[in-house]
Amino acid sequence: MTRTKASAAIVGPGNIGTDLMFKLIRRSEIIEPRYMVGVDATSDGLTRARRLGLETSAGGVDWLLSQDELPDIVFEATSAKAHVANAARYAEAGILAVDLTPAAVGPYLCPPVNLSFNLDAMNVNMITCGGQATVPMVNAVASVVPVPYAEIVASVSSRSAGPGTRANIDEFTETTAAAVEEIGGAERGKAIIILNPVEPPLMMRNSVFCAIPEEAGEPGALQDRILESIHAMVRNVQEYVAGYRLRSDPQFDPARTAWSGQARVFVPIEVRGGGDYLPDYAGNLDIITAAAARVGDLLVAHRLGTATSWKSTAELGEQASDAVAPEKAGV
Amino acid sequence: MTIRPQDVPVVDREVTETEVLEHASSAGGPTDLRITDSTLRDGSHAMSHQFTEAQVRGVVSALDRAGVQVIEVSHGDGLGGSSFNYGFSLVDEFDLIAAAVDEATQAKIAILMLPGLATVKHLKRAHAVGASVARIATHCTEADVSIQHFGEARSLGMETVGFLMLAHRAAPEVLAENARIMVDAGAQCVYVVDSAGALVLSDAQERIHAVVEEIDRDGAQVGFHGHQNLSMGVANSVLAYQAGAKQIDGALCALGAGAGNSPTEVLAATFERMGIRTGVDLGEVLSAAEEVVRPFIPRLPWMDRSSITQGYAGVYSSFLLHAERAAERYAVPAHAILQRVGEHGYVGGQEDMIIDIALQLAEEQSLGDLAAAGVR
Repeated sequence: MTRTKASAAIVGPGNIGTDLMFKLIRRSEIIEPRYMVGVDATSDGLTRARRLGLETSAGGVDWLLSQDELPDIVFEATSAKAHVANAARYAEAGILAVDLTPAAVGPYLCPPVNLSFNLDAMNVNMITCGGQATVPMVNAVASVVPVPYAEIVASVSSRSAGPGTRANIDEFTETTAAAVEEIGGAERGKAIIILNPVEPPLMMRNSVFCAIPEEAGEPGALQDRILESIHAMVRNVQEYVAGYRLRSDPQFDPARTAWSGQARVFVPIEVRGGGDYLPDYAGNLDIITAAAARVGDLLVAHRLGTATSWKSTAELGEQASDAVAPEKAGV
Repeated sequence: MTIRPQDVPVVDREVTETEVLEHASSAGGPTDLRITDSTLRDGSHAMSHQFTEAQVRGVVSALDRAGVQVIEVSHGDGLGGSSFNYGFSLVDEFDLIAAAVDEATQAKIAILMLPGLATVKHLKRAHAVGASVARIATHCTEADVSIQHFGEARSLGMETVGFLMLAHRAAPEVLAENARIMVDAGAQCVYVVDSAGALVLSDAQERIHAVVEEIDRDGAQVGFHGHQNLSMGVANSVLAYQAGAKQIDGALCALGAGAGNSPTEVLAATFERMGIRTGVDLGEVLSAAEEVVRPFIPRLPWMDRSSITQGYAGVYSSFLLHAERAAERYAVPAHAILQRVGEHGYVGGQEDMIIDIALQLAEEQSLGDLAAAGVR
């Protein structure tokens, strides 16, 4: 096979699917979005995809799998329930699946934490937007000290939370908490998501609380190592999501009896989106779509035997700012 | 009923338990509205989530004796609320719910849950230990995140109540639309929840009216949950009843977030004076407040500078103690933190933003100090 590009289908033309389409078109040199499928012919995502030359249909996965030329890779941005139903069908058709729902059929992936995964995997899971934003911080702390418990709070603007996210809210908290444990490295994880409808919309915010040993709660060498680890991880995430930053310095609180004698570090994160689809408040879209696109590139490059082609946000530079102006937010 | 000297029963023989139950106001009789007591849920905020099992048993037993039909028991932020962000519970809430179920003879035990924090798994666990009323809360414009939870609660056979929180943030017609979503999902009652104690009289009544208009035809009831930040809890509850509300929340000694809830004992007295039947025995509920709850409260909820600011600026009441703690740690005024929370429009559950605001205020303060000292 001498092909240099893989064809992709995006299933679910909502906020996440549409944002991902723009990212693949702008940033990937080896993945070419070819199909966009949904269930509502009038959806904004399908309309935009058609305008950009993708083959679109409201006939869902049935339509996609009945095409003469099947895609090499499918990005699922529907709902956990839908992906659980679709996963086996993709596998049967030999299509790689990158799952952006919290279905967690495949292994959890978070690019700055566990990119050394099995590249032959046929189905990988992108956790949740809150997971992509917070797991790196939990991991940064847990790589220095034991973290018996980590808790994350993700606040997103109501406009950026589409029907899939809303119908999947339990799956969001459960999958995020599981990833905080499995790849974040906390013994026990908890996740909370808040939707805020205030206008103008709030920027995506994430708070990460980690229980840490008493010694790390006091200024000193151990605390400094935790800080260094956090700052290094922030830079790693910024490689693919430029708008990821610490909102303020991490805050350390000394040990308390109510915290089982543990101290605490609080890491406040803000994620400003790239404005690929929804305006910059919707950093929750970017954090997961950028991660999915990057993982997709790695999987495809492995199969095509080429190097990855990911354009860093810095390379994109000005290009990112003249993104297609989002019309109305597709709520 | 009002306790008059001639009503005091003369004990001349042993009475059976059945006879006692028959004579208790809780034993039935028509009521015009139902009071749900939230001392052991909203009061959890005021107690920094440190309720003991003995306190829960004492309160449930007293409320049950007084004829209160529904008693809510959960972490202040609902099931699963025990956390760094909201404060850890001293005693596991499922143990407290089980103790409450064990103590109640006629009252139903309710739980609160906020989708996004608690999941169906928490709900099932609460049901398994005996909770029979599921109160499911969302921000007033986000009702659609609760659809799966109402469905599950109904299939468990639980009574369902929807909670539209921070109701002052939505216009009456928007609240009605969200109430519709909850009823279609399986809610048997929808509450207008004045989480910030910000609704002033007609604001409350218009919202109740709009929700009644929307869901009454489905046979669904409407409820009102008030806070005392602007001292409107009881008055708003009366207006809510007059606009068609059939369920009203209260807490003994007002024990709740912010300046507290509408006091259950004041609601009982007021409704009785108005001839509105609640099924609650005034004498018993007064003694529950005075003799059971009052002695263990570390500080009575009160309308002070911070809690009044919450009512005025529309801030979720449970932010109060968190703001006070951040104020102490970062040396900035609590009321200034709360004022800014209101300006930013943070919603219930965003307690983590308090640290953020305290840090900002501290920075502004130090810049201000430098400017005052002539540093440019």
